[in-house]
Amino acid sequence: MSLDDSHLPERTISLAGRLSLTDATTLHEDLLNGVTSDAFESLKLNLSGIEYFDSSAMAVVFDIERTTKAAGKKFELTGLTEAVKGLLTLVDREKLTAPSAAKKPKPERILAQLGGGALSFLADTKAFIVFVGDAAGAMAGSFVNPRSIRWRDTLFYAERAGADALPLVGLVSLLLGLILGFQALMQLKQFGANIYAADLVGLSVVCELGPLMTCILVAGRSGSAFAAEIGTMKVNEEVDALVTMGFDPVRFLAVPRMLALTLVVPVLIVYSGFLGLLGGLIVGVGMGDLTVSGYLLESQKTIQLWDIGQGLIKGETYAVVVGLVGCMRGFQARGSAASVGQSTTSAVVTAIFLIIIVDAVLTLMFQYFGRG
Amino acid sequence: MAEATETKISATNTAPAGKRPVIVQVRDLVVRYGEATILDSVSFEIYQGEIFAILGGSGCGKSTLLRQLMGLEKPAAGNVLIDGDDITAAEGDEQEKILRKIGILFQSGALFGSMTVAENISLRLLEYSDLPQAMIDVIIRMKLSMVGLDNVEDEMPSELSGGMKKRAALARAMAMDPRILFCDEPSSGLDPIGAAELDNLLIQLNRSLGVTIVVVTHDLASISAVAHRAIMLDKSVKNIIAEGKPLDLKEHSDNPLVKNFFNRMAESGVNLKTKSGKEK
Ligand SMILES: Nc1ncnc2c1ncn2[C@@H]1O[C@H](COP(=O)(O)OP(=O)(O)O)[C@@H](O)[C@H]1O
Ligand SMILES: [Mg+2]
Repeated sequence: MSLDDSHLPERTISLAGRLSLTDATTLHEDLLNGVTSDAFESLKLNLSGIEYFDSSAMAVVFDIERTTKAAGKKFELTGLTEAVKGLLTLVDREKLTAPSAAKKPKPERILAQLGGGALSFLADTKAFIVFVGDAAGAMAGSFVNPRSIRWRDTLFYAERAGADALPLVGLVSLLLGLILGFQALMQLKQFGANIYAADLVGLSVVCELGPLMTCILVAGRSGSAFAAEIGTMKVNEEVDALVTMGFDPVRFLAVPRMLALTLVVPVLIVYSGFLGLLGGLIVGVGMGDLTVSGYLLESQKTIQLWDIGQGLIKGETYAVVVGLVGCMRGFQARGSAASVGQSTTSAVVTAIFLIIIVDAVLTLMFQYFGRG
Repeated sequence: MAEATETKISATNTAPAGKRPVIVQVRDLVVRYGEATILDSVSFEIYQGEIFAILGGSGCGKSTLLRQLMGLEKPAAGNVLIDGDDITAAEGDEQEKILRKIGILFQSGALFGSMTVAENISLRLLEYSDLPQAMIDVIIRMKLSMVGLDNVEDEMPSELSGGMKKRAALARAMAMDPRILFCDEPSSGLDPIGAAELDNLLIQLNRSLGVTIVVVTHDLASISAVAHRAIMLDKSVKNIIAEGKPLDLKEHSDNPLVKNFFNRMAESGVNLKTKSGKEK
């Protein structure tokens, strides 16, 4: 690079040799120093000596052109060799070197961000309500005419969401029982009230933690699968194909899945309850000097039918939530494979969020109206 | 069996003679997505038995228009009459009645991935008829042989090659003997030979069954070889900028936008005259 400073208002810079990615950064710095340090009114960049010139060198030149123009000065490229010309014909130099071409960091205001978030939350809520309406309609239609339900699909999803989930749900519930039993025992031991560990573990597992854990696992296993499957079909135009073949996609795709979940979740919850109790029993007998029959009797005395009913009602509600959210997120997929991934993630996150909300509401409701 | 009735691709596919009844009528169709207007008051007609092409650069609204013709989306204004019935206003049973007259070949094929080829083809037959399984099986094999496939009934779509998928999808689209067949970019994703074979197949179906075919495409060889008539859409005008025989559009249009479209096609190496003879 050589600077020619003979007359100040106009400055010429000549570049020569091989310019490539390896020395683009140095070149950029040198040139920037050259054009920003002192006063001149127009800049000529002479490229006649260039032997090799790649895109990074071109980017440097464009950036210098943009900086110069942005400072209100003239800029000219001279001595264009064939290699440079070839590269130039492929790009839109005007646009790339316009003073506004540099990307400005967009400082999004916190308020605007909050507002945007609130709006998208509202839109999301609205979409959910609309989908709940569609799904309810499709469900009702299916029950009026049960032969129209795709039972084969329903059984397939029931097997996948239910039978295939047994090992995981079982293991998690057993561990949950063990942990709860251990924690309860540590406290109760101080008062010699070991036997009440059975009450604590039993009630927590049956009314609350069993259904909650089971449905969070179901959301992770099946809710995500529903979103991924329906999302893929959406992106592949298979959902459009269904519509144009005269099928209602909600009835065809969502009803069997939701039905399958509502069929298997109660079974999973009962199963999870038993394994939770077993966990408590193991700790109680192993560490709390309780007998098996004593523990079981205490559990039987504490856990009323209504407690089990309460757990099942909660679990069934969560199952509906997981099914609805999984299918809805699937139908919301749009465009490309990436959106299927987003749908899947958001199916799980939304489902867990809603499960917790529903749990709070139902717990309060049962508290006020339940035992009366 | 496909070889026996093979139709050679000629320079142009000539339209069936005589005045024909209108089968699709589009009147003052306006389509908007949010603020953006994509189609602004588009009107045209498609005649029974012809092969009709919808042309235009990418993003000009071809697929959008096709989705309106199939009733997949509702327009902001205007209507689409399929064989006299308005598909934009139809609901429930009436919509079903209209949909039964049309078959669709989607760009990606859109075969249901969780079903075999046979199940894909018979899905609608099982829903709308009480035919015994034996009859359905015969129909499935008939439709498959019509598109030059056999012994793929029990395959899953993922086991088929790209060209076979398109053919199987075509067989599914023809399962209910539709009067109109819509095809979105039929040659996309196929090599030139596969694309030419599919074009042949469309011509054959049109000639032997009289099915009206509506094709969205920007494959120029395809346009000229297959279509009897075409309209061209433009993004800036949001409307039809030309209508007529594909060759006339290419050679005699004064509209710079039309010329531009064909020039760009030519530049990209797809030449109307040489394509069919060129090696891959
Ligand atoms: N669902 C949609 N929501 C918003 N904009 C859309 C939607 N579908 C298509 N568009 C827009 O409509 C225009 C036309 O799209 P399209 O009909 O797919 O074009 P073509 O098929 O001619 O390439 C594009 O600008 C596209 O971004
Ligand atoms: Mg398109």
